[in-house]
Amino acid sequence: MAALCESFTLCGLGPSGGVGLGGGLLALEPGPDPDHVLLTDRGRTATLFKVSDHKPLGCWSVKHGQIITCPVVCNFETHEYIAVHNDKVLRIWKNKDINLDKVFKATLSADVYRIHSLPNGGPVVLFKGGGVRTLDVLLEAPQQKIENVISDEVIKWSEAFTEGQYPVLIFATEKDGDFFVYVQKLKMNSLHKYKLEQQELSKPLNFTAYIKNHIITLLCLYSNDSVYKVLIPLHQNTEEEEQILSKSLLLNLSVSGSVLKGTSFVVVDKDHIAVLGSLAASGEESKECLTIWNTKFQTLQTLKELPLGTSGQLWCYEEKFFFTHGKVLTVIMYKCETSSLAAAVGKLKDSQTPDVSPFVNWNTLGDEELVVSLQSQQSVALKSESGMTLRSKRNTAEVQPDTLSVGQLLLNLKDASTTVLEDELRQLMSKAQMPDFQATIGCVITALINRCKTNPNYYPRNFLLQIVQTRDLSYSLCPDLMAVALEKKDVHLLQICLQRFPDIPEEITYACLKVFLSISEAYLQRIDVNLESVICYIDIEFNDKEVKTEIVENGFNAELEQDIWDTEFTKETHLMADGEFCPVGPQKAALLNAVLHSAYSDTFLLPHLKNLPAQQAVLFLRYLYYLYVKCSEKINTTLPGIRSPTINQIMDWMCLLLDAHFTVMVMLPEAKKLLSSLHKFVRAQVRFYSELNKIEGSLRELQRLNHQKDCQTYSIEVLELI
Amino acid sequence: MGEFEVHRVRFFGLVPAGVRCLACQPRGGRLALARTDGTVEIYNFAANYFQEKVIPGHEARSVEALCWAAGGRLFGAGLGGDITEYDLARLCAARALDGCGGPIWSMAANGGGTQLAIGCEDGSVRLFQVVPGGIQFERNLDRRKGRILCLSWHPSGTHIAAGSIDIIRVINVSSGQTVQRIMVNYHVQKVKRECIVWSIAFLSSGTVVTSDSFGRVQFWDWDRGTLLESHTVSTSAVLSLAVSENEDSIVVGTSTGATYQFQLLPVKMGSLEKRWVRTKPFQHHTHDVRAVAHSSTALISGGLDAQLVIRPLMEKMQKKGYDAVLRKFTFPHRRLVSCARKARLLLFQFSQHLELWRLGSTDETGKDGEVLPLCRMPEHLVQLKSKGPEHIYCSCVSPCGSWVAYSTASRFHLYRVQYEGDGVSIEKVPKVPKLLLPAYQLQFSSDSGSLFVASHQGSVHVLQLLEPGGCKHLRTFRPPSGSSEAVYLLASSADGHWLATVGGDWVIHVYDLKCFKHHCTVPTYSCAVTALAIHPVTNNLVIAYSDQQLFEFSIPEKQYTAWSRTVQNCGLHKAWLERDSPITHIAFNPKNPSHILLHDIYMFCVLDKSLPLPDNNTLLMNQSTLKQLPETARQRQLHAFKICKKFQPLLFADLLDENCLVMVERPIMDIKTQLPLPIQQKKFGT
Repeated sequence: MAALCESFTLCGLGPSGGVGLGGGLLALEPGPDPDHVLLTDRGRTATLFKVSDHKPLGCWSVKHGQIITCPVVCNFETHEYIAVHNDKVLRIWKNKDINLDKVFKATLSADVYRIHSLPNGGPVVLFKGGGVRTLDVLLEAPQQKIENVISDEVIKWSEAFTEGQYPVLIFATEKDGDFFVYVQKLKMNSLHKYKLEQQELSKPLNFTAYIKNHIITLLCLYSNDSVYKVLIPLHQNTEEEEQILSKSLLLNLSVSGSVLKGTSFVVVDKDHIAVLGSLAASGEESKECLTIWNTKFQTLQTLKELPLGTSGQLWCYEEKFFFTHGKVLTVIMYKCETSSLAAAVGKLKDSQTPDVSPFVNWNTLGDEELVVSLQSQQSVALKSESGMTLRSKRNTAEVQPDTLSVGQLLLNLKDASTTVLEDELRQLMSKAQMPDFQATIGCVITALINRCKTNPNYYPRNFLLQIVQTRDLSYSLCPDLMAVALEKKDVHLLQICLQRFPDIPEEITYACLKVFLSISEAYLQRIDVNLESVICYIDIEFNDKEVKTEIVENGFNAELEQDIWDTEFTKETHLMADGEFCPVGPQKAALLNAVLHSAYSDTFLLPHLKNLPAQQAVLFLRYLYYLYVKCSEKINTTLPGIRSPTINQIMDWMCLLLDAHFTVMVMLPEAKKLLSSLHKFVRAQVRFYSELNKIEGSLRELQRLNHQKDCQTYSIEVLELI
Repeated sequence: MGEFEVHRVRFFGLVPAGVRCLACQPRGGRLALARTDGTVEIYNFAANYFQEKVIPGHEARSVEALCWAAGGRLFGAGLGGDITEYDLARLCAARALDGCGGPIWSMAANGGGTQLAIGCEDGSVRLFQVVPGGIQFERNLDRRKGRILCLSWHPSGTHIAAGSIDIIRVINVSSGQTVQRIMVNYHVQKVKRECIVWSIAFLSSGTVVTSDSFGRVQFWDWDRGTLLESHTVSTSAVLSLAVSENEDSIVVGTSTGATYQFQLLPVKMGSLEKRWVRTKPFQHHTHDVRAVAHSSTALISGGLDAQLVIRPLMEKMQKKGYDAVLRKFTFPHRRLVSCARKARLLLFQFSQHLELWRLGSTDETGKDGEVLPLCRMPEHLVQLKSKGPEHIYCSCVSPCGSWVAYSTASRFHLYRVQYEGDGVSIEKVPKVPKLLLPAYQLQFSSDSGSLFVASHQGSVHVLQLLEPGGCKHLRTFRPPSGSSEAVYLLASSADGHWLATVGGDWVIHVYDLKCFKHHCTVPTYSCAVTALAIHPVTNNLVIAYSDQQLFEFSIPEKQYTAWSRTVQNCGLHKAWLERDSPITHIAFNPKNPSHILLHDIYMFCVLDKSLPLPDNNTLLMNQSTLKQLPETARQRQLHAFKICKKFQPLLFADLLDENCLVMVERPIMDIKTQLPLPIQQKKFGT
């Protein structure tokens, strides 16, 4: 029995999602540790994910103009990452490296097709010309000549195994409709070439292979919707040229009249394969789905519809399937048990019953699906596990007229004009609390956002603001909202979202911070931003430098002041060091305060914060320092005003920022001055508090003595009874 | 209601004596307790563990063991070598018989309570027969070397197990021969120290349980002489051991102050095989737990820190109630302080001496909680030492302060105290009337003209005090129906008209002092009276019972007052009824007839009869809440009980005048500093 279990989104792949930047994925490779995967996109970036935490752990990019051409792999022995960009340039780095420009680099003499990393053996490099080298050999002489063995054939697919502790590489090539398979045993340095048996009117689309008992089993997915099996013995001594490999039909991907047009497939276990493709029944439009098939009984085990479409790529690691679904990378866990005929047959019958998922993926709320989900609106939020069921049961005719209204409305309004749409939605929002109102709002926002995405000119700024301000929304309810707002640089909406959403991912928090820091003050002055968090402590007219403030009482001493005067600071930085003037305008300060206020986890924020440009980091640190000095002015170390940052938030961000940009801070000259004044201030505070500590000790002792005095044997006291 | 000037007195240096032994009355509701100073106390389980009887100690009469025998007779034996029978009606040692074996370390009664066995210093075990009017020597059992520290009869009465040093013996009662000797430290390798068997119990199954100075509780098969089980409960000695009546639970006390319960539990659910398992540890004491007892519902332990701890077994409790609460008694349930209101003197009663103190004064006033500066310090005027080995039963100072009286078991003393400026002269009144002693309670009339002496058989003697220093016996009141029990509480009216008495049978008699006749009997209420007093204005008798009930009885009308009926109808507040220490003194405010002043160890209460009674939904201790409320809002929250818990532990409280109170506290810490250091124990983090 095989079954698909719950699914979750590992990361977004959209323009806002951070990974892929719209280009899609190049490949997914296992990471250095279990539960880690390395994601390489068709651009410049590779990201390391911890799958169970749904969180990126590290991200590396090559320079602008360069492009990663070969999936990044991990050398399991050294825990180094290996990438190839621009076909020939090899890069090797470790976890702690940040900038790929500064890591090991080797330029090779031929184009690399792929690098295969084997769990117990070094990585193996396959060149486009069919040459194979282990990485060690290659690194000894990067410019060594690589032979071309396949003349003008094109490599379509490759895979590597370990056989008897030595790597074996298998790759398939194509030339003029003919397919060839090469098996390279690196130990013997022997290369076998085979020709795949011709198949009329169809050709292989995809390959997968595994090795067992010294026999490579090559599975080929053919365009006639069948999977064929080819056996290639490893120990073959005949030197015969171009053996023809005969294939046998393993599986026909058709079930009760509908045919699965597979695009990619993986071997799940000895009896099961998973195929990603589109299922087309006669007379119906095809739908993409992920299927698991039993090869022993030739039955469909389970099926999951993927209405948002896929990129046709499927990976499988550690009992999880990875594939792109819409604009996200989705992970589905599966269970595969030893197949029995009864189970296999039994499943076939109810293969129409979709799988059950305990999670609702709000990302899957696409346009047409939205309607369906709204039809069953009441059950979506209350019984989310059945949500998926209902959603995919689009043929279900049980439609309740009154619950249909919202969904239908949204569908009807899909093509309505902007004003009509907003009016209608406003009316909808003003309705009394319906059941699952929260979910409905989520749908409305999603609908709006989708409209924004399709129509770049459309952006209902005020309407969105109104919804966010009046409703208790959360990030997970409308994940694309902030992405769109970021895109549109709608800082006011972002500010409100940061203040109101309890569950913003660190990635988005960082994106907001970056946008806030990068927007020019002049632009901000024209924008309406909520200033209530800064109005009480920033001198709005900070151009008036004659306003003399009182001497900082808390933590400052004369010696320190003297120190600062003695040092030859420029006037500007001195003023800054004094903490008198805010380094940013009030609008920007208010926005930054919103970031300071949002919840985050150090571990997940730190990797993003590392990407903050140095100048912005220094500006941010300067602002944090300003806040810190401001806080320390008051004996209760709190800033006045509503939603003003607390001293702990300021300190945490300061530490985090210094952690993230330690090297940058050390290098930058202007940061040096800032850091030195910050250090002096902190040192003065530490001294001050240690003095307070001493006083506290004495006071406590005095208190104790007082108490002792109390225990006398006789006293006359006044007692009042009421 | 008002402000009081409180004289907070902490110079009463009472140190209660440690608990030496405990004995639960078999199938009875009483617990006998002996202290290291020889005092014997009786606690009544049915009366909320009220300490109903106290037999003061005697220098020469230490008590090492107490036994209930022949029904309700109580015997004690000690290092003096005598076996003493206590007269629980007259509260004195009735008769004593020499055990003829040197100091007696242990005593045990057989199951029927007909025979007593004593374990002596000389290693002998002697049998005595309990006969009407005393005990008779029966015979000596096999004598071996080594003092017998503990004894236990087999429930069938055929064998006695005796614990000594390094050894336990089992003696056949009929033959008198030692039938088994077990070396208790046989299993311990190379021990140089001797192993003292502190306590022993003989179970009907034939198992002998011992506790010893190595901290072990061991179970032996006496027949084979083999060790069945050994539990090391402590690094220091296990001093005491007691078995429940149905032999399924054992409580042991150690010298570190911890007590442990052992239970006989099935090895598996539903299994017939049972083993002794150490189940519950308790740490209620700071010092040696010299005595433990096992009642049917509670574990009882007494330590050298003078505490008696009653720890109820929750599994034996049917409902949450008074019995289900942990109780700790450190102080006696009677007052040891008397107060001369007019002269502002306090008389403190110690076991063998009295102290007379004059209170200080102030001329300042202040707000609630303020400590006022003193213009005169308190003064220790006189220390009166009682001659002879007997401890003091009771004492009293007259309201004017010029008379002090006290009584021991055999002597009654009356002193005339004169104050000349700063000097004090004290003069013994010669030729006091020969009364049948001891006196159990003394009370001067409010005009200091006569002295009431509570005596045995429910009688009260009235002595007339004569100036300049004499007295004569005026009259003796006896309850018309007769009584065997001694009177333990007295109350006289301010107008000198009435006298109320309570005896050990808990019957309250009221006598008319003008006509010298019995006036009436208060309807009997089946609980011990803990305090009573007559209102100076209304002549209502206010009675506090050990179940925390309060009654008001109009003496002139011979019936309960309307207020008392209201109280009984409404019921007292739950929190009031659940208090665990009895009211020990009642006083009144003559200027405010509706006020009754009450106190127990933990609280002082002014009961204002003019205010509504609190119901169970309101807060009983509401003083701190009231203080935060504005004047107008207070009115609605007021109720009759105005409780102050600021002064603890409160041994005595009285009203000196209209708005002046005296509170005598005895902080526990002050007692602890007087005790020897407990066994040093390593505690984490110290």
